[in-house]
Amino acid sequence: MALDNAKSNGFKFVGTRPDRPDGVDKVTGRAKFGADMTAPGMLHGAILRSPHAHARINKIDTSAAEAMKGVKAVVTRKDFATDVHFESGLNGETWNVLENVMAGEKVLYDGHALAAVAATSALIARDAIKLVRVDYDLLDHVTDVDKAMEKDAPVIREGAADKSVPDGFHPNVVRYHESGHGDVDEGFSKADLVIEDSFKTEATHQGYIEPHACLGSLGNDGKGDLWCTTQGHWYAQKMCAALLNLETSQLRVTASEIGGGFGGKTTVFIEPVALALSRKANKPVKIVMSRSEVFRSTGPTSSTSMDVKIGMKKDGTITAASGVFRLQGGAFPGAPAEFTAMCAFAPYALENVRQIGYDVMANRPKQAAYRAPGSPMAAFAVESVIDDLCKALGLDPIEVRLKNASHKGTKASFGPRFEDIGLIETLEAAKAHDHYSTPLKDGQGRGISCGFWFNHGGETAVSLALSEDGTAQISVGTPDIGGSRASMALMAAEELGIPYEHIRCTIADTATLGYNEISHGSRVTYASGLATIKAAKDVVHKLCKRAAQKWDIPEDAVKWEDGCAVPSGANAGDFDPLPLHKITANMGATGGPIVGHFEATPEGAGVSFATHIVDAEVDHATGKTKIVRYTVVQDAGKAIHPTYVEGQYQGGAAQGIGWALNEEYIYGDDGRLQNAGFLDYRIPLASDLPMIDTVIVEVANPGHPYGVRGVGETSICPPLAAIANAVSAAAGIRMKQLPMSPPRIVAALKSLKDG
Amino acid sequence: MNNIHVRTKVNGDEVDFLCDPRETLLDCLRDKLHLTGSKEGCGTGDCGACSVVLEGRLVCACLVLGVEVEGQTVDTVEGIAQGQDLHPLQEKFIKYAALQCGICTPGILMATKNLLERNPNPTETEVRYWLAGNLCRCTGYDKIIRAIMDTAADMREAG
Ligand code: FES
Ligand code: FES
Repeated sequence: MALDNAKSNGFKFVGTRPDRPDGVDKVTGRAKFGADMTAPGMLHGAILRSPHAHARINKIDTSAAEAMKGVKAVVTRKDFATDVHFESGLNGETWNVLENVMAGEKVLYDGHALAAVAATSALIARDAIKLVRVDYDLLDHVTDVDKAMEKDAPVIREGAADKSVPDGFHPNVVRYHESGHGDVDEGFSKADLVIEDSFKTEATHQGYIEPHACLGSLGNDGKGDLWCTTQGHWYAQKMCAALLNLETSQLRVTASEIGGGFGGKTTVFIEPVALALSRKANKPVKIVMSRSEVFRSTGPTSSTSMDVKIGMKKDGTITAASGVFRLQGGAFPGAPAEFTAMCAFAPYALENVRQIGYDVMANRPKQAAYRAPGSPMAAFAVESVIDDLCKALGLDPIEVRLKNASHKGTKASFGPRFEDIGLIETLEAAKAHDHYSTPLKDGQGRGISCGFWFNHGGETAVSLALSEDGTAQISVGTPDIGGSRASMALMAAEELGIPYEHIRCTIADTATLGYNEISHGSRVTYASGLATIKAAKDVVHKLCKRAAQKWDIPEDAVKWEDGCAVPSGANAGDFDPLPLHKITANMGATGGPIVGHFEATPEGAGVSFATHIVDAEVDHATGKTKIVRYTVVQDAGKAIHPTYVEGQYQGGAAQGIGWALNEEYIYGDDGRLQNAGFLDYRIPLASDLPMIDTVIVEVANPGHPYGVRGVGETSICPPLAAIANAVSAAAGIRMKQLPMSPPRIVAALKSLKDG
Repeated sequence: MNNIHVRTKVNGDEVDFLCDPRETLLDCLRDKLHLTGSKEGCGTGDCGACSVVLEGRLVCACLVLGVEVEGQTVDTVEGIAQGQDLHPLQEKFIKYAALQCGICTPGILMATKNLLERNPNPTETEVRYWLAGNLCRCTGYDKIIRAIMDTAADMREAG
């Protein structure tokens, strides 16, 4: 591990690896996740979902379901807000979410919800839902991105395209992005070799092990409570209120422990439904999705079709790069086409670059964010072409990337100039790593790739209250998906100078803090961390004030050191250090409770880069690939809790391995999802993977007091490409479509043999 | 309603419940006995989040019916710690950060404890294949495997 000793950086707590505060709860079964909550008198909800990819709803007859013993409420679209209006593109996102939560005139994909039942038991609810009769008119459907753009493709929704789309495109093309700089044609003319190629990736699911689950209670007075597994409970509050015509503040939302999200729990699906049922039945309603509902109805990532063209000189200099990225985002606008386009060439300092992105609708579930949404696919296409160029020109892949690497001051492919960034440092660390120089065995191939993600700040509010005994409690508003409470406590300990164990960090409900944006964009350790530090500084300021009062000296004559108020200099007076717990012991009498807080929208998230090295072995007879060695090198800015940073690196790499080798949404000709379960949608098992080595590079982010950059997402950007490069090397043929499943590899090898 | 009365022993305690013959052992543990430590990730035997030990045998509680456990003994994650004392596996999982979200953790702990009782000295490959029925989406398994290998070594030393 390339980690400096924390102390030598002037940190006492940051950079250490204490046990997480919720550890005991999680190893004993005590932690309460989404499905673990109950309420007295609770009903169970179940949702009817379309078996058709595309159909007009003529009639929904709920009478038989309503008549069933134990059924207390049935809802359809008419039980939701009627004042949410359709608008084109993402302007109509509230309508899009409503339409996705409960279909209106048409069902748009296999799995689209169109009615729901609440009953006294889960079994009764499931039986009752089968009694709902729906009369459909089947419509033509399309699930492939290229086909959805063709002239005669069925139209998912007329008028969904926003103004960005140039004339002449099919109505399924709903958003368009174009950016870049320089003159790519001139750049290509200066190259010694230009390679242009096309690539495809299939949709993959975030695959969190915990299905969506919630418990909602809503009275006819418009006041409600919602418990749910979510990455963003303020967003859930806002959306549910909009979809049910409530006042936002009348709905209190509490986030449960969350069993994985990876971007997939950033929106609402069942939550408004549970509340609508609850309002009608006047009882709390719990809904838990089955695994097949998770696959059929919640957001997978986009599938893509991409063309990339890159020109290179004999010495490895890239003279120009261009790319077209078509993203299928399901039956609604919102595929992250602009992110794919903007991330594609970000690792490289290019004079001539141009990227185009298309957001395309098809009869599939509404895509949701999945860890660095859009970026991994772009890297797959771009880094595959760079790899081919290196091979054709006889150049070392790391040297070529170093030669072209973006650095501080580079005008990014997507516009702005980079501040301090660590791409070169990750490449140097990869080059120096023993993995890169270890000889390969027969039949193995090695691949490398860089990856890029923006990271995000976003609206954030934190409060920090001291207790009489000198301990501290932090309320943050970003659900803890992977150990963030430990990081918050470490940062607060650093500022307050009290032990990590004396701090408890809680994820507050929506009634406790101001709006907190979703835990996404790798923003938690950055933004909630920054807010925690500022809230702690606010507390320190107040503590110093109390000391100044006691000593009867000016406020600015007191400073904070190692958990104590001390006179700031010889002139300030001669007083013994006053520890935090002595100030809090009688804070009631000296001015009342001491609480610090911070609310803002921090904007200095700091982009991040990674370089991955992977060795793969391909069985030429069966097409099976084994990953034999994997190394992640990534810039964390500053690792607050290095063990959890490593965990993010390893988790991203493992998900990338699944995406590259096995995972895919498979649709039949009937437009139905054929593999809506973990048996047929195969995520990596313990027996599929090697240990995953990590190297934490630290190039401080100037936008955070300690230099933190988000780490959660960048780790999934390089794997698709790095693995494709390794597998292509081992197979002896360029693999241009993901996943590189055994049948695809066998077919590629056969085509090679047949010439 | 045709509920059936089931008597069983869970984590050493004699308990009973009424259940519909269609309800799984997992449903009964979670909804009737309020032991929500066992999780449902799939309900089809593919994820292992519901792993419990039935009469000494590691099973997916989502693939066993509640009525099947009449007169049998069931062990769940809630029974791993002895009073205040965590099992060495639980301690090592915390120390190694072998969990991120922790939804897979109960099942993985149950599966691993059962493995170490059968084979106190497993190889890394044996551990990886034993856990092939327990999905973890967060960690990439690296820290889980390390925590297990280290616990096994400690437990062997402690005899
Ligand atoms: S819930 Fe039983 S194996 Fe997944
Ligand atoms: S820690 Fe989240 S699934 Fe394993």
